[in-house]
Amino acid sequence: MSDKTMTADEVVSRLSSGMTLGIGGWGSRRKPMALVRALLRSRITDLTVVSYGGPDVGMLAAAGRIRKLVTAFVTLDSIPLEPHYRAARERAAFALTEIDEAMFMWGLHAAANRLPFLPVRAGIGSDVMRVNPGLRTVTSPYGDGETFVAMPALRLDAALVHMNRADRLGNGQYLGPDPYFDDLFCEAADTAYVSCERIVDTAELTKAAPPQTLLVKRHTVTGVVEAPNGAHFTSCAPDYGRDEAFQKTYATTPWPEFAARFLAGDEQAYRSAVGEGT
Amino acid sequence: MTGATRAEYCVIACAEAWRGDGEVLASPMGLIPSIGARLARLTFAPDLLLTDGEALLVRPDGTTEGWLPYRQHLALVTGGRRHVMMGASQIDRFGNQNISCIGDWQRPRRQLLGVRGAPVNTLNNPTSYWIPRHSRRVFVERVDMVCGVGYDHAAGARHHRIPRVVSDLAVFDFATPDHSMRLASLHPGVTVEQVREATGFELAVPDEVPPTREPTAEELRLIREVVDPAGTRAREVAS
Repeated sequence: MSDKTMTADEVVSRLSSGMTLGIGGWGSRRKPMALVRALLRSRITDLTVVSYGGPDVGMLAAAGRIRKLVTAFVTLDSIPLEPHYRAARERAAFALTEIDEAMFMWGLHAAANRLPFLPVRAGIGSDVMRVNPGLRTVTSPYGDGETFVAMPALRLDAALVHMNRADRLGNGQYLGPDPYFDDLFCEAADTAYVSCERIVDTAELTKAAPPQTLLVKRHTVTGVVEAPNGAHFTSCAPDYGRDEAFQKTYATTPWPEFAARFLAGDEQAYRSAVGEGT
Repeated sequence: MTGATRAEYCVIACAEAWRGDGEVLASPMGLIPSIGARLARLTFAPDLLLTDGEALLVRPDGTTEGWLPYRQHLALVTGGRRHVMMGASQIDRFGNQNISCIGDWQRPRRQLLGVRGAPVNTLNNPTSYWIPRHSRRVFVERVDMVCGVGYDHAAGARHHRIPRVVSDLAVFDFATPDHSMRLASLHPGVTVEQVREATGFELAVPDEVPPTREPTAEELRLIREVVDPAGTRAREVAS
């Protein structure tokens, strides 16, 4: 059994420019922010990012790392519109594949099931078809004859997700109310990296929590990173809620100033900078 | 009990969207639809399912009665046993809705949320809309990006239905031969002219437009004492 623990910087050293990167979580919830911050410290760029977007997208867009974004939305939840994402879009800084939330999910399912596409009753009649001229439809071969969108597989070179707990082998556990789609991101990816609040012994995982909380399975995981507060400033229920004050600072500070203040150093420096007050 | 405020008429108009829906999930987006859904559940629609806005199904008092994470929520949408009331940055006469961006999609003048689940919602479960500030900027001749699918784009899709649009001025439906938007009721104190003036397309207006119904004394009590004792509704629609 191999120990898959590594540092966030080691994760980034295995990624490269031009990759298709899936990022787990949802909006401003349980985003693998420590891994995103490590990515921002690197020179990796030209990424295709696949995400139910939150500040992960906002930061990578602001830093000019995204060539193409695949998403259904980008939001900070308590702040509905992501300011850095908006600014990047309004200067046409990257290409966008804008699809519906369900289409996105079925794209991940298709990739996880090694299917080229899955039919979905969403998109038809909407401008999702207009802005994605590559999308094709399929007609049911059965009596109903209904037409569906053939949502292509969203196969990922790498996935980044954040869990509450994990063991050294890559079994990841969520303790909050929603798994989001993090296991699917891992299954849809050639390599997957799980950061977590705390690495624990395997037996520890189910001591106080039921086995259904074991969301991510080790055979889909390449690396495990212990990253306390690693989702900050997004939420990581029940370990912590969203840091609303800091999120407001993020949303209202011009990007170069924010980056200089909080992202110039390593993760330890980030924590110190956050601790010094916002 | 003093007379109902505009916000309270809006609550009633939103609540009415779920009348007769049976045992389906009420998915309200926005403050006043949320108050409306809970009011409906407490009164004339006792079988409704409610969410906490996150991953749980809850009773009006907050008691958990089910688990509904996003992936199951999306399956429930497809199953059709849900009636969502979404917002709209733009909406047109056939009920096409936009929450994605303003201007050219390639390089938007204003980037908004993104299409979210509007395409899947409108092809699978009844979708109503709530617009807290009725204006020509929202009620437009043509939306810049069709997110929620309107009647002209749906081409008779088998599960497509837009039961109603509620604004701070009035209630609208699509009960016209070509499914274009029709004025269904006016909130007290609002005139047909006022609505026409605030609408960027030609609205179907029947000869007689009824007023939005009055809340009962018990409904007013529930709104004011049980569902929204902090009076947050006044923040969305001033009286």
